[in-house]
Amino acid sequence: MSSRENILKEVLKNQPPDRALPVIDVAVTTTHAEWIEALKVRLDILHVTVHEVADYSAIKTILQQEAIPQERTVTTIEALSDVSTYIDSVKEDAHSLEDVDLAIIPAHFGVAENGAMWVTDSLIQYRVLPFITQQLAVVVSKNNIVYNMHQAYEKIAGTNYDFGVFIAGPSKTADIEQSLVLGAHGPKGMTLFLLG
Amino acid sequence: MHSTITNHADAAIDFNLDEPRVDWHDKTLWFIREKRDMASHNIPEWEELREYASQIKNNVLSNLSQYLQEFEEKAKANGIIVHWAADAEEHNKIVHSILQKHNIDRMVKSKSMLTEECGLNEYLEANGVEVIDTDLGERIVQLAKEPPSHIVLPCIHKKKEEIGELFHQYLGTEKGASDPKYLTAAAREHLRETFLTRRAALTGVNFAIAETGEFVVSTNEGNADMGAHLADVHIACMGIEKVLPKQHHLGVFLRLLARSATGQPITTYSSHFKVPQPHQEMHIVFVDNGRSVHLGKDDFRNSLKCIRCAACMNTCPVYRRSGGHSYHNAVAGPIGSILTPNFDMRANKDLPFASTLCGSCSNVCPVKIDIHDQLYKWRQVLMKEGLGPTTKNASMKMMGWVLSKPALYDISGKAARLVLKYTPFVVSNKLNPWYKQREMPAPPKESFKEWYKKNRS
Repeated sequence: MSSRENILKEVLKNQPPDRALPVIDVAVTTTHAEWIEALKVRLDILHVTVHEVADYSAIKTILQQEAIPQERTVTTIEALSDVSTYIDSVKEDAHSLEDVDLAIIPAHFGVAENGAMWVTDSLIQYRVLPFITQQLAVVVSKNNIVYNMHQAYEKIAGTNYDFGVFIAGPSKTADIEQSLVLGAHGPKGMTLFLLG
Repeated sequence: MHSTITNHADAAIDFNLDEPRVDWHDKTLWFIREKRDMASHNIPEWEELREYASQIKNNVLSNLSQYLQEFEEKAKANGIIVHWAADAEEHNKIVHSILQKHNIDRMVKSKSMLTEECGLNEYLEANGVEVIDTDLGERIVQLAKEPPSHIVLPCIHKKKEEIGELFHQYLGTEKGASDPKYLTAAAREHLRETFLTRRAALTGVNFAIAETGEFVVSTNEGNADMGAHLADVHIACMGIEKVLPKQHHLGVFLRLLARSATGQPITTYSSHFKVPQPHQEMHIVFVDNGRSVHLGKDDFRNSLKCIRCAACMNTCPVYRRSGGHSYHNAVAGPIGSILTPNFDMRANKDLPFASTLCGSCSNVCPVKIDIHDQLYKWRQVLMKEGLGPTTKNASMKMMGWVLSKPALYDISGKAARLVLKYTPFVVSNKLNPWYKQREMPAPPKESFKEWYKKNRS
């Protein structure tokens, strides 16, 4: 008998009688406006710079003033293609992104309680893009902010993705004597554009 | 498995030789416990979440064979190749054979306690494969040729000066430099080069979803993603107990995991791997290694609910003052002390005794494992099997004899008080384990029985 059959047989023999799954019901009593405030507080703790912007031209102005001097910037947002190199599909080896200084990507939605932004492969083309870039900027619509992770998975349910990731701030580590250092392997800094 | 000392108490003596350092270790971990408290107190429904998590895990254990098959079917449909390993040796062989098929002899690895449990690095290195651990803490202990001492904070026992010395030796940083920012930047450069040149990446698995066939990996550094997305081959290794029934259960577990571990509301990255990239091969290795037998033990199966947050380690007064290495296993602390005897009762017979049974571990556990009750139950099993500490055996027998004879008990009590008063050196010496690291208390003037007679008559 193969290991698979042996393991499954032994597990079936030893698993205890059925215990029912709970029905998850966590009430959210706060308002959307309060979630936006909670998100901003959380992002501040996470060392994320937040810009509240009305539209893409406001994002462009900020990018040109603060970020575009960077040598290589790429974006997966078509509306920003005149200020940054637009990537609309996977054309070359992902290793070619190793010298990207700034990547500007959209997120489906954000979560106020932890500052996490939900991003899937269709929004970034290259899976490694939000990790390999030195700086990351994320654009998310204010309407697409939920409060907690239960609401987040309600939004994710039934959607199609091959790879998805919650991103909550720049890459970091505190492995050396619990001292927080930003930029462990991924981005050293993160900016969030709250749109609308 | 790693250490030559296989007795917790003996290893703890070594750890306690440097008292200021023990105090530092103790305080560092307590600081993390306090951060956990703040994060959990911010959530009004924290106790409900623990109860949900516990119930979901109970359901998982009671339907594990079905969920494993469901996950396998969905993962295969997603294009992932699924393997099953009965034990550590088969796991190591499977990983090696995947690398051989692709002619790969250098691999990056992100944190996986399972591969520590299986001794994968040693196995691959003996077979000519270079493995580089990419979690900063794990890379540090790898350079120091030590195992991790903590499942979330692998090098929590190391001082920055020691890390500076290691980096000077291996990564060419300046001699004497110990600034965490400087050292982290050096590791970043060294590991980026590694990520860009390795064709295989191995990661652990935090949660695998039966409903969708996807698996979730949580990191703060982004090392799992840097490795996996740049590699031609991604191998993910998981213990069979890591499966969850439904995708929305992640809402419960991702709220609990990082808050319990480090006090963060979530890790920086929670990556959901579902379908391999077009040019890529993705493998999952299910590992049993004693878990299916463990599942059959009514008193002990609960420990299979563990999500490896390490809250029980950070809160444990014994762990904080004895260090992770003294538990001589990949998973240390209270949870390690109840998991490891399931795999090898003889080799780990000392661990259920490495506790004060204070119960703090059970109070912080996000999935409500009855850790201190299981420690107590393991002691019963070990004493019955004749595997209890020998000094304990003799002293228990003596105590039973004295307690059965009231007159003798009175005399012994009086004698002990006299000894403590006039000749304290008889107990305050190295032969008495209770004297280690502490002073003996002042003896009372009279016994409770004498006091009661005087005051109640």
